[in-house]
Amino acid sequence: MSTMSCLLCGVGGQGTVLASRLIAQTAMRLGYFARTAETIGMAQRGGSVVSHVRWSRGEVHSPLIPPGEADVLIGFEPGEAVRCIDYLKPNGFAVVGGSPIPSVLAALSGESYEAEPFLAYIRGRVDRLIIIDGARVAEASGSAKSLNIALIGAACGALKFNADDIIVTLKERMTGNILDMNRRAFEIGASAAARGYGYKEG
Amino acid sequence: MEARTMKSRTMKSLLWMGNEAIAHGALHAGITLASGYPGTPSTEALETIARLKPEGVHVEWSVNEKVALEVAAGACYAGARALVTMKQVGLNVASDPLMSLNYIGVKGGMVILAADDPGPISSQTEQDTRRFAQFARLPVLDPSNPEEAYAMTRAAFDISEELRVPVIIRPTTRVCHACACVAPFEPLPPKPPEGFRKGREWVIFPRLSYESKKRIVAREQALSDALARFNIIEEPPEPTDCGIACGGISYAYVKEALERTGLQCRVLKVGAPNPFPNEIAERFLDGLSRVIVAEELDPVIEDALRPLCAARRIPLRGKADASLPSAGEYSVAALADALRLFVGGVKLESPGARSEAPPNPPARPPVLCAGCPHRASFYAVKRAVGARRAIYCGDIGCYTLGNAPPLDMVDTCLCMGAGITIAQGLRRTERDTPIFAFIGDSTFFHTGMPGVLNAVYNNSDIIICVLDNRTTGMTGQQPHPGIGKTATGEPAPAADIGNILNALGVDSVRRVNAFDLDQAERAVSGAMDESGVRAILFEGPCIAVAARVKPQARNADPLRSGAEPPPYMTVRESECVGCKICVRKLGCPAMSIIRDKRIAAIDPALCTGCGLCAKVCPVNCIVHSTNGGEAATR
Repeated sequence: MSTMSCLLCGVGGQGTVLASRLIAQTAMRLGYFARTAETIGMAQRGGSVVSHVRWSRGEVHSPLIPPGEADVLIGFEPGEAVRCIDYLKPNGFAVVGGSPIPSVLAALSGESYEAEPFLAYIRGRVDRLIIIDGARVAEASGSAKSLNIALIGAACGALKFNADDIIVTLKERMTGNILDMNRRAFEIGASAAARGYGYKEG
Repeated sequence: MEARTMKSRTMKSLLWMGNEAIAHGALHAGITLASGYPGTPSTEALETIARLKPEGVHVEWSVNEKVALEVAAGACYAGARALVTMKQVGLNVASDPLMSLNYIGVKGGMVILAADDPGPISSQTEQDTRRFAQFARLPVLDPSNPEEAYAMTRAAFDISEELRVPVIIRPTTRVCHACACVAPFEPLPPKPPEGFRKGREWVIFPRLSYESKKRIVAREQALSDALARFNIIEEPPEPTDCGIACGGISYAYVKEALERTGLQCRVLKVGAPNPFPNEIAERFLDGLSRVIVAEELDPVIEDALRPLCAARRIPLRGKADASLPSAGEYSVAALADALRLFVGGVKLESPGARSEAPPNPPARPPVLCAGCPHRASFYAVKRAVGARRAIYCGDIGCYTLGNAPPLDMVDTCLCMGAGITIAQGLRRTERDTPIFAFIGDSTFFHTGMPGVLNAVYNNSDIIICVLDNRTTGMTGQQPHPGIGKTATGEPAPAADIGNILNALGVDSVRRVNAFDLDQAERAVSGAMDESGVRAILFEGPCIAVAARVKPQARNADPLRSGAEPPPYMTVRESECVGCKICVRKLGCPAMSIIRDKRIAAIDPALCTGCGLCAKVCPVNCIVHSTNGGEAATR
């Protein structure tokens, strides 16, 4: 295997940084060399955020994924997934959170921001696609904050990890109710992936 | 010197962010003290040490970077090793002690982390700390990844001690905020300081500085020798007459760009750009007929290579001839394109147009959080001023985001502490316009206080609005002198900003709850009716801290524990008239308009229940969720 690259994108506060660390930590435990690059700072205040994760048995030079080279795109919401879709390889895998996060600027200018045109565009470009319903994840896991783990659950196979590999990493980082909640979220994502591409959970 | 740091036995590899790697590098080099002021992208270095609370190490958030450097200098005078952390503009604040400290020198090793921010992503400037190091005649190390950041930090302490010189380590955002697998060396225990030995060498005088200057110039060769191992020439598999010089993160991009394109280039990696490694550069140039330089920020390597290339009549490409951009971040793709053109003479093909243009995602600039007390404070001032002309001088912090619509409450912003002082200059030209200066609590302590004293002393006429959210917000909620606890959470005396304002000579100080809109508005009106230097202290906790500490008692009574407030606000759909005033006046990220229903909606996951929207709703249809509100629907 050469370098694996996973791009995560969303809105500040959605948990992209934790998600990228979980992936990197899992890769590292499996004996890969891993790099990440994360958006930390000003843009975290509700702005667009992107995390890059790359791992390999050999050397990884750049922490940033060049456009067109991501094996996996994890989009935490539809508009941000479209913003970063050019990072995805031809025939790459994408998992996208289907619930849009309203934008203050859009709300102010009276523009509408609905998920569907963005999801339709992604469907048109990506064959290996899973869309996860954020509301369903929140309901089933008990928290909207666990969307990140549900998305990783759906991407797990495409990341070439076993489910257990991720679960072990979760256990390294959390305990108790938080762990249980995230395990439920992981299962929702994993079962959506098991049902096949294009399946919309909920 | 090697024996002290670079023990060959390495420990288990760990996933560290560049800033964590620097923190561990300093700890493993046996520091006794770490000081700094928060600033993106440097903050996590000191945070890591504060979190670990290593025995025998004093770690502090100092009130500003100048203070941090001076505190560290004191420890180093006594032979202790110390790390000082800041962002690049923080080094401007610390430049006074830094310039002089080079003339005095250090006994214990001192390493200064000054993090640069190409882009810039979270900074006022795109300044280059390598240039600063040239100006200050100090060694500077430029790591290209977290692994190197760790190793360089450790080595920097040895170099600092051996040559009695502060050493700067200058990572950039993509090193600071990148994680990698780092294999640390065996840590050293904190180096026991010898103690301060009195002597004339610690007192800076012109005569001493004259002698020091000669020593500083004479030491260049010793520095070059000590730093030589960080400057590396890499030969390609096949012979070539093309060379690329680079440093920092650009080295990582160059390596990957060469792999992708399969192009052959000799690479000069400049990990220690000051003093510039001329001898190594001459060896790099031997046999080359073309050279390009890839470096973000300033053309430091390029400028140093120019005379060497000119003497050999080798054409030099880089920023000066616009082969590469002079501003912003570089990337693998941009360098691959530049290399194809440079080595192969291949013009880029413009990428083919996509069959279907994507829909435009909504713009997402950073915004004040839902429940942020600054929104309420800005809105209170805005309402009190009404249609009158007023000027709003801003400062550095989360509240700079108050410049965005719909608040539009930041007319100027320059650097830390400059709101209060710029207001004083504007006052002399705008005699009839009320002038407000907004400043956060941490910035007030950092460099705000001298400006207040200046205003009082010089009979100015401004309204100072201190937005006291009880933390250093933008950088991720670090404590400061007003909190009552230190970097490691130990109790400390809490400085009272109101009392400080009084002591500085501001007699008119009003203290308001930021979320009590009527009270706050009355305070602003009252202050506007007065003259001279007046201050309003808007108190309300940072929602990021409050949400972490006490989810149920966030906004009841700011800064004090109080009644249990409802968790979120909701819109009585049947009563909402769709006027959109709540959305358009406040710009709260939790609020939106449901298009088909033409009514306001509040996202319960984001709303913190601060209730500001209920106070601006003209038909009183926004209520606390526990108070008869219908379930929020979207």
